[in-house]
Amino acid sequence: MIISVASGKGGTGKTLVATSLALSLEEQVQLLDCDVEEPNAHVFLKPNFIKRESVYVPIPRVDEEKCTHCGKCSEVCAYYAIADMKKKVLVFPELCHGCGACSYLCPEDAISEVGKEVGVVEIGHSGSIQFAHGKLNIGEAMAPPVIRKVKEHTNHEGTVIIDVSPGTSCPVVESIRGSDFCLLVTEPTPFGLNDLILAVEVVGKLDIPCAVVLNRAGVGDRKVEEYCIKKNIPILLTIPLDAQIASYYSKGIPLVEGIPQWRGGFLELYHRVRDMVTSRISQ
Amino acid sequence: MKEIVVLSGKGGTGKTSLVGSFAAIAQSKVLADCDVDAADLHLLLSPTTKEDNEFWSGQVAFIDEEKCTKCGICQDICHFHAISDFRVDPISCEGCGFCYHVCPDEAITMKDCLSGRWFISETRYGPLVHAKLGIAEENSGKLVALVRQNARSIAEGKDLKYIITDGPPGIGCPVISSLSGANLALLVTEPTLSGIHDLERVLGVCHHFGVPPLVCVNKYDINEDNTRQIEGFCSGQGVEVVSKIPVDNVFTEALVRGLPVVEYARNGVSREIKMLWETISRRLDR
Repeated sequence: MIISVASGKGGTGKTLVATSLALSLEEQVQLLDCDVEEPNAHVFLKPNFIKRESVYVPIPRVDEEKCTHCGKCSEVCAYYAIADMKKKVLVFPELCHGCGACSYLCPEDAISEVGKEVGVVEIGHSGSIQFAHGKLNIGEAMAPPVIRKVKEHTNHEGTVIIDVSPGTSCPVVESIRGSDFCLLVTEPTPFGLNDLILAVEVVGKLDIPCAVVLNRAGVGDRKVEEYCIKKNIPILLTIPLDAQIASYYSKGIPLVEGIPQWRGGFLELYHRVRDMVTSRISQ
Repeated sequence: MKEIVVLSGKGGTGKTSLVGSFAAIAQSKVLADCDVDAADLHLLLSPTTKEDNEFWSGQVAFIDEEKCTKCGICQDICHFHAISDFRVDPISCEGCGFCYHVCPDEAITMKDCLSGRWFISETRYGPLVHAKLGIAEENSGKLVALVRQNARSIAEGKDLKYIITDGPPGIGCPVISSLSGANLALLVTEPTLSGIHDLERVLGVCHHFGVPPLVCVNKYDINEDNTRQIEGFCSGQGVEVVSKIPVDNVFTEALVRGLPVVEYARNGVSREIKMLWETISRRLDR
């Protein structure tokens, strides 16, 4: 079973939930940190990394000897990443999506693809938790290739928890697609509600069932709860605004290690997710 | 005209709350919300929309079943694994058109995508340019560029002194698009190990694109050891920590009322934010 932890709004507690959930389970569990722009799960789980893999995007390299400057490559590139200047062909790697059209369609076979590193994936374990995360290189724009590489390490045998980046666009979609369930972590504020509504639309579009974890409860208003009731989205766990919880978080101590009583709540959360996934499958 | 972009790396550190307050304090400015995935600034500024524009960007491949002879070439060549069973998954398709070019039966067409909307609005604090990327859409970087470009034209047209840009979290495509060419970046962080980790990465992005950064530590008293660590790290990097804002529920209370915190509370937090804007504007005026 794959459970992704997403939110729309940043800083609502995705990593707190993902790491404490992973630490609470008794069975085989894997945590994949797909927030490759700002991965943080390792700060809490302090994994031992045993492997590191570079992530490459194929970028065209033009053999000027073979090139006849026919202009086909610039004509077919949808991203304006290759420009035939008639004396030289210019490649703009930061615009290239690595689709391969130019090299395949070059009539002179003058274009080859060379890998450009855009990030790395590190694989290891934290105690019995299998762990992998991706890190987008500084200055690189495209997170999805790194996310795809992290997800290649998915262990389908046990439970997989995916920590997702904030937002609603391609990195989030790339991370959560294929999940059996999505936990949406939010806070009871107008920002939290606005971005929760967007996140619910994303999981709806991907046809992934979801539930809410309400973090920093006690401040703000009741509009998130009202929305969840109206939309029939269960709130499976409520974590209060609490100085002690914030203090453990600030030190990189997972909630269930700082305050072990929380383990029960996360286990119950897991069981309810599992039941919802099972009943959905049987339908 | 000078532009400051507010970034953080880590989400939820207080970017939008600060930008909302700058909107209330600063004179002669246009506001730009470049968090086009999950825009929130409008919740503080209660804008009246003056212009609502469609954002058409990118394309998606479409296979005509009548013409398709199921040769399978498109499925083999697609680098994004977006085609299976001779159907295109529009979410996986990156619109490169490779399949369209190679299909021997001319069965594939490329369709333009309505990827979002962008708005020019009036607020009681001045003009606001903002946007809404379509759910699960791509090209957030291009939409960010469009928002900034329009903010710039408004600033030029009205002879405004500042563009104040609320940036997205992260370090990828929309962040780079928000940052490149700005005069100054304000990096809002929090004294947590995650916040510090993410600050280091977003600082790297500022250096990479040559935009001078200033740092603000929000909720600095959650963990004062970590705050000292941030100050030490920044001074080692030659980066100035220009503000430390204490934890205070007035941020949330103001937000619930749809107000910038400086308009809701006249306490230490508001004074600190006013001083922060003074520092920023002095730096921009240099």
